[in-house]
Amino acid sequence: MNSDATQKESFLLEMLNVSKEFPGVKALDGVKLRVRKGSVHALMGENGAGKSTLMKCLFGIYHMDEGQILFEGKQVNFISSRHALDNGVSMVHQELNQVRTTRIMDNIWLGRFPTKGLFVDEEKMYQDTIKIFKELDINLDPRQKIGALPVSESQMVEIAKAVSYNSKIIVMDEPTSSLTENEVNHLFKIITALKNRGVSVIYISHKMVEIEQICDEVTIMRDGKWINTKMVKDITTDEIINLMVGRDLTHRFPPKTNKPGEVILKIENFTATYQPSIKDVSFELRKGEILGVAGLVGAKRTDLVEAIFAERQVSEGCMTLHGKKVAFKNPKEAIKHGLALVTEERRVTGIFPNQNISFNSVIANIDKYVKKTQMLNDGQIEQDTAWVIDSMSVKTPSHKTRILSLSGGNQQKVIIGRWLLTEPEVLLMDEPTRGIDVGAKFDIYKLMIDLASKNKAVIMVSSEMPELLGITDRILVMSNGRLAGIVETDKTTQEEILRLSAKYL
Amino acid sequence: MSQKFNKKDILNFMMNNAIYIVLFVLMAAIVIIEPRFISLKNFSNILAQASTRVIFALGVGTIIVAKGTDLSLGRQVGLAAVISASMLQAPGYAYRMYPDLPILPLIVPIVIVMVITGLFSLLNGFVIAKFKVDPFIATLGMMVIVYGVNSIYYDRPPYGAQPIGGLDERFAQLAQGYFQIGTFIIPFLVLYAIAVIALMWVIWNKTKFGKNVFAIGGNAEAAAVSGVDVAKMIMLVYLLAGLLYGLGGALEAARIGTATNNTGNGYELDAISACIVGGLSFSGGIGSIAGIVTGVLIFQVIAYGLSFISVNPYLQFIIKGLIIVIAVAIDNRKYIKRK
Repeated sequence: MNSDATQKESFLLEMLNVSKEFPGVKALDGVKLRVRKGSVHALMGENGAGKSTLMKCLFGIYHMDEGQILFEGKQVNFISSRHALDNGVSMVHQELNQVRTTRIMDNIWLGRFPTKGLFVDEEKMYQDTIKIFKELDINLDPRQKIGALPVSESQMVEIAKAVSYNSKIIVMDEPTSSLTENEVNHLFKIITALKNRGVSVIYISHKMVEIEQICDEVTIMRDGKWINTKMVKDITTDEIINLMVGRDLTHRFPPKTNKPGEVILKIENFTATYQPSIKDVSFELRKGEILGVAGLVGAKRTDLVEAIFAERQVSEGCMTLHGKKVAFKNPKEAIKHGLALVTEERRVTGIFPNQNISFNSVIANIDKYVKKTQMLNDGQIEQDTAWVIDSMSVKTPSHKTRILSLSGGNQQKVIIGRWLLTEPEVLLMDEPTRGIDVGAKFDIYKLMIDLASKNKAVIMVSSEMPELLGITDRILVMSNGRLAGIVETDKTTQEEILRLSAKYL
Repeated sequence: MSQKFNKKDILNFMMNNAIYIVLFVLMAAIVIIEPRFISLKNFSNILAQASTRVIFALGVGTIIVAKGTDLSLGRQVGLAAVISASMLQAPGYAYRMYPDLPILPLIVPIVIVMVITGLFSLLNGFVIAKFKVDPFIATLGMMVIVYGVNSIYYDRPPYGAQPIGGLDERFAQLAQGYFQIGTFIIPFLVLYAIAVIALMWVIWNKTKFGKNVFAIGGNAEAAAVSGVDVAKMIMLVYLLAGLLYGLGGALEAARIGTATNNTGNGYELDAISACIVGGLSFSGGIGSIAGIVTGVLIFQVIAYGLSFISVNPYLQFIIKGLIIVIAVAIDNRKYIKRK
């Protein structure tokens, strides 16, 4: 608030009072982010806090409803990544956007190949690439195919590309999520080199150690709101975590009525055939229990449920169901034995978008409706569809409505209903509440607790701390493909889970 | 331990080169059954037949690298063949489509048909790039449309639907001419093919256009965010292919000496299979000119060889079909995501 006018000079980028609303969700609410020239600025917050949305607003991928962006003191309004890039603002994505089939230098100069007459000037391309690589201390042959490089090196190529555009500010989204310690050190050297050139970095990460090591300033977000901005030297790790977390958990979850009983499923030393994936994971699941699975992006939580459901091949380990050893060859066998999986990407692996609710409700259980005549029992199908709609409180005009025309929350309810029709003993749910509104979330939580109360077992993979803490009995924490620990939900804290999540990084 | 490693290595090698092994075995069988297959004359014939086909394959190959496909190739070739032939019938020939047409310089009809197929192909590109119609569907439609257009042009007064023959001697010589080194005959066609191969090699490897084709085929989104105008590129790729179909179609008419509305029928499948066997991938962004040339030659050698040893032509279809399916099955193996 004090000398705002004098301070202005030192900020390279200012995002002020940025708001963005999606139907039913206020994703950003008056957020501010001010980045100084030549500094590394950490942007922190839990999954869903609005970090990515904020960055998408910066790059014009989302159009913000309110607020302004000042770059070098001038108001800007980028309309695309390329537009931002041309103005010196670039991003190194978590999922690198590269043409994997071409060479390193083809990727760096794509869209602006240097030419000599009619032809591409290969020599200039090569020399210019080498020059940037030298500055950044990157030791790669620009003529090498990029597809053969490990992630860490591809990422360095991305950073070099950003530098080649003379970027003044580079956003790095969880750049170290798949790097080894040595590679992280190299990355930090590069970041330091960038700083010395006067380049600013917005550094998005969950890893506290890195924040202390490389960042100058930190902005913390929570629930789409700006919480605080501090110099890193003036704030402790615990304070950061508290600011990221601190929220009220009451009234968002139905009362817990389930009581865990005897063990129903036992997993021992599960290791997936195709690595990197899960390694040596063992745990027990009880009847009437809701077991949460927590972890960071890349912790292989989805792989774990896929492995249990035989959607992913396992090379070692064994599974005991109802006290009997089982080894499923494919998901069909798993379903027969009373397992069900609600997959993570509803649109890709869940719904049949062009089919109606009825089709989507009964498809996983279609054998049940085949009559002696080999015709389908339409009456039974209608009855079961009605059950799905009623018991899940799906809001739909009719059974014959195309599922795609429902809201995300209602689609998800139909999918869950589909699996409940198979009468599963063990329900695996991968991010069951992602991208759906608060009301639908509550319904789904209630349903899970009801199931558990009826002695069914539920495994819920989730990236949302509040729901993990709100409805589970125990939480299994994955870290980099391994089991980092299992904690009792009522005796743990978010801090402990965050620490466990980083255990094997 | 080392033995096991060797075994795995060999198996891997065999799987990665399975298509070449199959083809090698086929060729070996042909030579064993009929040793006379190995002769300069056969070699020269194969090259001549492969010449027009490689031009088509280079066209559709560029489209495949850009992650498209083109089923209308064969019918466009037919259209180019019919139109160019109709304009280049010998003045004394009784059934000229245009009895009063003056003698044209060779280049005129060739350029005309290149423009026509160029436009049809550009239309393909436009529909695919702007309306996001799947290339398979868009070019399937175009295939039928072009056949209709060609048939209307072909079947009309004064003489109705009959093969367009009696071609101008200059035109026939353009394709059927040759020069000789000792006993080895080099058809002019081969020289045109070499020129087109060289031109396409330069375009693929040395120009911005070529690099952009590989970029949009490899990852269209990455290309778009790097500022490549993907829609424009797709249209240019189809345009280029269309120009090649026109040129190749005219040469094909000259090579055969006659053209009908069925000329070129099925060529798209030959060209696409040659590309796939030559290492291009339907997933885009992968391929080389050398691969396409090899693919075309292999198919030509097999086709010629099977006829040479008098394999039942229907059986030849079965063999060709198997080669296509096996090639794609092997191509896909590389991209299956293992869980």
